[in-house]
Amino acid sequence: MTQVEKMTDIIAKFIGHTAKKLPDDVIAKLTELRAKEDSPMAKVIYDTMFRNQELAVKLDRPSCQDTGVLQFWVKCGTKFPLIDDLEALLKEAVIKATFETPLRHNSVETFDEYNTGKNVGKGTPTVWWDIVPHSDKCEIYTYMAGGGCTLPGYAMVLMPGEGYEGVTKFVLDRMTTYGLNACPPLLVGVGVATSVETAALLSKKALMRPIGSHNPNECAAKMEKLLEDGINAIGLGPQGMGGNCAVMGVNIENTARHPSAIGVAVNVGCWSHRRGHIIFDKDLNCEVLSHSGVKF
Amino acid sequence: MSVEIRDGKKILVTPISADDLKDIKIGDIVYLSGSLTTCRDVAHRRVVEEGREIPVDVRNNAILHAGPIIRPIDPDNGKFEMVSVGPTTSMRMEKFEYDFVKITGVRVIVGKGGMKENTSNACKDFGAIHCVIPAGNAVVAAVCVEEIVKAEWRDLGMPETLWNCRVKEFGPLIVSIDSQGRNYFEEKKIEYNRKKDEQIAKISEQVKFIK
Repeated sequence: MTQVEKMTDIIAKFIGHTAKKLPDDVIAKLTELRAKEDSPMAKVIYDTMFRNQELAVKLDRPSCQDTGVLQFWVKCGTKFPLIDDLEALLKEAVIKATFETPLRHNSVETFDEYNTGKNVGKGTPTVWWDIVPHSDKCEIYTYMAGGGCTLPGYAMVLMPGEGYEGVTKFVLDRMTTYGLNACPPLLVGVGVATSVETAALLSKKALMRPIGSHNPNECAAKMEKLLEDGINAIGLGPQGMGGNCAVMGVNIENTARHPSAIGVAVNVGCWSHRRGHIIFDKDLNCEVLSHSGVKF
Repeated sequence: MSVEIRDGKKILVTPISADDLKDIKIGDIVYLSGSLTTCRDVAHRRVVEEGREIPVDVRNNAILHAGPIIRPIDPDNGKFEMVSVGPTTSMRMEKFEYDFVKITGVRVIVGKGGMKENTSNACKDFGAIHCVIPAGNAVVAAVCVEEIVKAEWRDLGMPETLWNCRVKEFGPLIVSIDSQGRNYFEEKKIEYNRKKDEQIAKISEQVKFIK
């Protein structure tokens, strides 16, 4: 087996695993939120969710039928030996995982409007590159972007006069319109930057951050907490049907901005937040950081 | 009698009459046993706009807004297995639902998220309910399917085919529109929007970072 085949195989297996089992931080947070609900309806919803995750592992099936469009955020060292092959092997790994897991066929070519039946197409899976100088490692975040949690995604540029008060309204308005249908409790990613595309990409990368982590900027971290408590206080609860908690967390990522503009974007992950995190060294020894007990 | 209580669960057993639904209110949790057929976008369009007769009898039975993952067992003899099934956004069927209920006589509509006046009027006028099954729980739902009895309109492809299933205690189903026409999500949204405005005002006081 070549090194390319080996890495393809590991990633395909890892994708399959993430379809069936949620990452450790999500399970821990859902366990915590479950204990905070007191209404019979919210309890029944959580009981169903936990039973579903048990059955998915037991019966070896994807826990949600919408296994999403696969998205990869790659932080690749310039000296990682497979850097040239990486994008092609990720595509191959998605095809392999689609048939082995199995995953739902979620790649429709735009304009020609047909489903490729392989889960890959022009530009899918999505791959975002961060090049890391002087490193021979490759760090990959995997994400299954389902339809329900993709729909609330929204980006715009605010005028500075609207300030962070405008950012607050922008995020909360989205929660009561689209958020309640996106399978709460949600992980909410917010990008605050200089334009739509910088904010939008950050809002997705924010969803890759572990639940419970905080923005290193003190004001941004304060705003994460205010938004988290504020969205919870709206009372959307699990599935938007009412309850004490509607979010697993709010993660804000930011850059500097033009003095005349505040780019802002929101992206959400559903309760079934199928994120994976794996790191390869130059010899393809790998470590899974998101799911304990998984080794390749 | 089409409502059974077993182990504290209220189970609707098809065929269901309008009378069976009259004591069921929004927010109630019920389960369904009997005939449940997946039915979504194009099937609604065919029945309502094209005037085609629905090839599965859903009268006094249930439909599910969903596009499942199906495994063929013996497709030539119509044998399939339900691998994974979860609800899809019901709102997409809203524009068709009044006429759909009127024409087909369906009693229980299961899906995800709320629906609006077309559906609540249908529920009130014809004696039906809309329920949500908690989404993202595709395996729980799939194991409630005992058998796929038949598959119609297969030309629509796997997600849109009418998969007529025999289900056992399918649920939990949370009643979002009852047969009096009360609408759980629409009532909750008034409360959510009020609380949202309060929270925006409260947070805005604390994020005046531009000074």
